[in-house]
Amino acid sequence: MNPTAVGDERRASASHAEPALPLAEPTLIDPSKSLGDVSAEISAPINTKPGPLWFTFFGISVLLFLGMAATVTYQINKGLGILGINHPVGWGVYITNFVFWIGIGHAGTLISAILHLFRQRWRTAINRSAEAMTIFAVMTAGLFPLIHTGRPWFAYWLVPYPNWRHLWVNFRSPLVWDVFAVSTYLTISLCFWYTGLIPDFATLRDRASGWKRGIYSLLSLGWRGSERHWQHYERAYMMLAGLSTPLVLSVHSVVSFDFATALLPGWHTTIFPPYFVAGAIFSGFAMVVTLLVILRKVFHLEEYVTLHHLENMNKIILATGSMVGYAYATEFFVAMYSGNQYESFTFMNRATGPFAWAYWTMITCNVIIPQLFWFRKLRRSLPVMFVISIFVNVGMWFERFNIIVTSLHRDFLPVNWSYYRPTVFDWMVTAGSFGFFFMWFLLFCRFFPTISIAEVKSVLWNAKKATGRVPASGHAEPKHV
Amino acid sequence: MFNLFGTPKPLHGVLALYDNPDTLLNAAAQVREHGFTKADAYTPYPVHGLSEALGIRKSWIPYVTLVMGLSGAILGLGFEIWTSAVDWPINVGGKPFVSLPAFIPITFECGVLLGGTMTLAALLVACGLPNFRDPILDRSLTDDRFAIFIADSGRGWNENRAVQILQASGAVDVRVIRA
Repeated sequence: MNPTAVGDERRASASHAEPALPLAEPTLIDPSKSLGDVSAEISAPINTKPGPLWFTFFGISVLLFLGMAATVTYQINKGLGILGINHPVGWGVYITNFVFWIGIGHAGTLISAILHLFRQRWRTAINRSAEAMTIFAVMTAGLFPLIHTGRPWFAYWLVPYPNWRHLWVNFRSPLVWDVFAVSTYLTISLCFWYTGLIPDFATLRDRASGWKRGIYSLLSLGWRGSERHWQHYERAYMMLAGLSTPLVLSVHSVVSFDFATALLPGWHTTIFPPYFVAGAIFSGFAMVVTLLVILRKVFHLEEYVTLHHLENMNKIILATGSMVGYAYATEFFVAMYSGNQYESFTFMNRATGPFAWAYWTMITCNVIIPQLFWFRKLRRSLPVMFVISIFVNVGMWFERFNIIVTSLHRDFLPVNWSYYRPTVFDWMVTAGSFGFFFMWFLLFCRFFPTISIAEVKSVLWNAKKATGRVPASGHAEPKHV
Repeated sequence: MFNLFGTPKPLHGVLALYDNPDTLLNAAAQVREHGFTKADAYTPYPVHGLSEALGIRKSWIPYVTLVMGLSGAILGLGFEIWTSAVDWPINVGGKPFVSLPAFIPITFECGVLLGGTMTLAALLVACGLPNFRDPILDRSLTDDRFAIFIADSGRGWNENRAVQILQASGAVDVRVIRA
């Protein structure tokens, strides 16, 4: 394990001072901080007025979202014909965006649940913001199937409810599985996130006064940090992590079933569930890196979200990016090896047909560019990782675009063949979805603790112990009365 | 069940504040050795080993998760079978009315949904939250201080003894609370 970012400057002196413990955790935080510093520094953005930069970004996000709202209103008035979708490409940018945003959410659950179960302590500085990203990404994703139906006022038909026609939904349909998977994912992610927030709201409550104290008091539900409560809390948190872990793997698997259970060449493959999950984690981590590089700078949290944290995430991006690259190669191999002419045609068409530009954008962004992370210098360079993470986001958007559009535009009958051109309205809604996501994320940064205060404190105490910075305790021999 | 805004229960006991979790752990063990089995500790983050030192039993929440998770799965599967095969069987693409493999994803999601939401509900019940009624003992207990609180146990309560034990345990501050 590498020592850390904060540790880097200190490594030379620290390693001389004491023998390194074989299993010692790398210092994730400056051990000279006090517990009080952690509360003060993490809650600082909440207690100060937002600057012009925040208002600018927030304003742009709200404007983009309003653009989306206006477009959707127009679309509902006019019909789906204003979009680029038509025969034979009936799923276009909307479904691409749905899969993209669901995928973005996956890194948050991976960080909060899976890394928790594996006791990866470096997650503590990033889990809160990553979980927030999950929730907002799933909320954004949820908009797309609704507006894609064309008649969103009938969206409740997706839910099995008792009705006078005595009709139920078709539980054999992957689209119904999607409804259950995505809504469960949102609900459980919210439960998990809120459970993590309760002790931190209590910290904010005890630092605040006036109406803010009232609000944080309500949000904290009156948490007082009793050990009898912590005992329950930790078990409950572990249980939620245990439930979220298979849940996150199931969600993108179910999304991939939307495609894999269809008969279309390029969709009908068994590799889809693992390939989608790896891709989701890949794109989600890229989004976490994009967000955190900005967040730590704007809110002066460089000492909490260190280069060590970012480097670890970049390693995961490299690993999952390579898995995705492997999946692309496997798909090609299977298409050729199957001897199925439709299957091989679809893949040759992806790489050399009218949408080859999208295919090679995807390969460049997802497979080639992340390979730069093999170099430690580049893994630890903020500008490099920021740019690469944006390339990955773009690449993963195009992956979904490729899967959906290239398979549809050349189906079994050549007479059906056509090209797909998204209209300005498609792009308005796509841009608006980013606005919607960032609007929520920016509000979160202002009003909620962006880093788990309680968890960082426990990491801090371990760091203090590891470096021998524990203040002398005032312990006296007990007097028996 | 929930303690909302009503009048707080009269609170009487001795509170000792510490600035170090290791001292707190030692103190908790001493307090228990002296026979105060109902003592509680307040910490800004979960301190490992503290429950054992205070003799607090393991949480029962995992059982709720297990039972509710399984119930959710059974209910989900039962509902799918009832709607698809009993209430109105419809032949979809020649598939059997009970298409078990196709019913598994929703069975799983229902299990996770009920298990997860009930875990949070069980946590709130176990901790008596929301609770805006009882006083907050000290604002620093969610920041950088740790505390042991020995409540008045009624019969045989000796306040001076509790104060002495806590003072000797390395506390930075010992207070008698009457609220």
